[in-house]
Amino acid sequence: MTTPANAPATGDVTLRRPDLAAAKPAAPAQPPATCIRASGFDAWYGAFHALKGISLEIPKNRVTAFIGPSGCGKSTFLRWMNRMNDAIPGARASGTLTLDGDGLLARELDVVELRRRVGMVFQKPNPFPKSIYDNVAFGPRLHRKFSRTDLDELVESALRAAALWDEVKDRLGASALGLSGGQQQRLCIARAVAVGPEVLLMDEPCSALDPRSTARVEELIRELEADYTIVIVTHNMQQAARVSDRTAFFYEGSLVELGDTDEIFTNPRNKQTEDYVSGRFG
Amino acid sequence: MAAPVASAAPAMPATRRPADLVAAAPASSQPLRRGADRAFLFLCLAFTALAVLILVVLLFTVWRDGHGRLSTEFLTNYASRRPGDAGVKAALWGSVWVCTICALTAIPIGLGTAVWLEEFAPRSRLTSFVKLNISNLAGVPSIVYGILGLTAFVRLFGAVSADRPVSFGDPESFFHLQLPLGHGVLAGGLTLMLVVLPIVIVSSQEALRSVPRSLRAGAMALGATRWQATWSITLPAALPMVITGSILAISRAIGEAAPILVLGVPLFIRSVPGNLNSDFTVLPLQIYNWANRPGEAFHELAAAAIIVLLAVLLTFNAVAVVIRQRLHRSTQ
Repeated sequence: MTTPANAPATGDVTLRRPDLAAAKPAAPAQPPATCIRASGFDAWYGAFHALKGISLEIPKNRVTAFIGPSGCGKSTFLRWMNRMNDAIPGARASGTLTLDGDGLLARELDVVELRRRVGMVFQKPNPFPKSIYDNVAFGPRLHRKFSRTDLDELVESALRAAALWDEVKDRLGASALGLSGGQQQRLCIARAVAVGPEVLLMDEPCSALDPRSTARVEELIRELEADYTIVIVTHNMQQAARVSDRTAFFYEGSLVELGDTDEIFTNPRNKQTEDYVSGRFG
Repeated sequence: MAAPVASAAPAMPATRRPADLVAAAPASSQPLRRGADRAFLFLCLAFTALAVLILVVLLFTVWRDGHGRLSTEFLTNYASRRPGDAGVKAALWGSVWVCTICALTAIPIGLGTAVWLEEFAPRSRLTSFVKLNISNLAGVPSIVYGILGLTAFVRLFGAVSADRPVSFGDPESFFHLQLPLGHGVLAGGLTLMLVVLPIVIVSSQEALRSVPRSLRAGAMALGATRWQATWSITLPAALPMVITGSILAISRAIGEAAPILVLGVPLFIRSVPGNLNSDFTVLPLQIYNWANRPGEAFHELAAAAIIVLLAVLLTFNAVAVVIRQRLHRSTQ
């Protein structure tokens, strides 16, 4: 796990990312590869048209934030990226949605393999009522057979990646439900990381956490950026500004604007975006 | 943004603020309120005391009448015309056989049905119709299941004639089975399964529903199939509640007399079941039998058999508590 040189101080609550200026020049030199691409993507729940003609590209090894008022479709979009919407009766989609060029919408797609490649972290921490170790080992055991030593190593590296190892290394056999909310959420991140995904989807991962735990998770998100493509849905605009490189603003099922995060927050091209990020509506 | 502000509407007759309205209403009587409070508390206490009192009187009279007859001989002797020699051996072992068969069939079938209904069944009208009717079945009187058991198990719907039964294995051995089942322990156990199955299904459904949806979503998001999520996450989380519900259901089976009576089992048995077709009787039937006879001595025997039945029930419930605590500790 490499830590980016621009690792921020914990608890940075300024709207602007002080490190963005330093990080920026590298970006235009070699634009990152596209990880997820949508074009003409539409989604419905029954008769309700939840997403309309979405076209966007999510760059590899960057953090992309989805912002917008409740019901704007941002979570729906996220849940199509690992097909979690399959469980919802009446949910369907059309258009193109690809991960590294592989289509994600085919009915016969192997969602088990897709979800191994695209991990997800939920709004409320949802550790399994098992030990810390078994929580992290659950995913890997589903997909492959491991020797005990390999699994031990994998669990340790996943917990290190989620910045939780030092806090739990002496009580791996203890129940995960005994951890604090913030630790539980980092355990869920470790659990997602342990299956070796390329993408991490985060659906308001900090909305159930206190400010300190939030800062800890935000810091972690920036550390994970080096190894994973991260898409985060958030209602907290400061959070989007703090953790993301790119921001997409959704409104009533449409993608209004997508751009570099500092552009969206300081110099949005669209009037609606400007109103939303400045808190005039939403 | 709503532009017009409240102050811009003076034409309205001055609407009174909540505080004014409250102040204008007459005050209710404080002593009356306190009195009602006390009266309610007293009523609750009185009803609780009544319930406890009834239970204590019941236990006391049963103990008073029956404890003199309790002995190891009472457990190891068969029923007898002479009260001094009578015991519950046949009924006790009959209850053990029948309830074991009931548990071994009702719990897997009931839990399986609940898992299907809660985790896999498509959300359709048919599914909700089935769910509704299972809840209704839980309220059907047990004697109705007795009649179903008589038709389905004892007589096998008449598919095999009782005059020319189909037999498997040596009739003297444990591995003997004969069709139709007649009023053997297997027919008794399966009939009790019918009685408790709806209860097991409904309590297992509730146990599964109590597992947060987010745990299933978490497992699915890691690439678990629906079956893997159910088997390794949902079921273990629901297990303590499933076990509690099942044991309570089996406790009900131990106490059932009516459905077994309907099967036509002989009331006087001097043998312990040896295989699935053996004749049997159960504790509630033995109690019924003794309580029906004239003579103080037989009433004492009935009371003693009730004590044995209650002891078996309490043992079952204690086992349930221990299992639940164990599982609870391993998951919390």
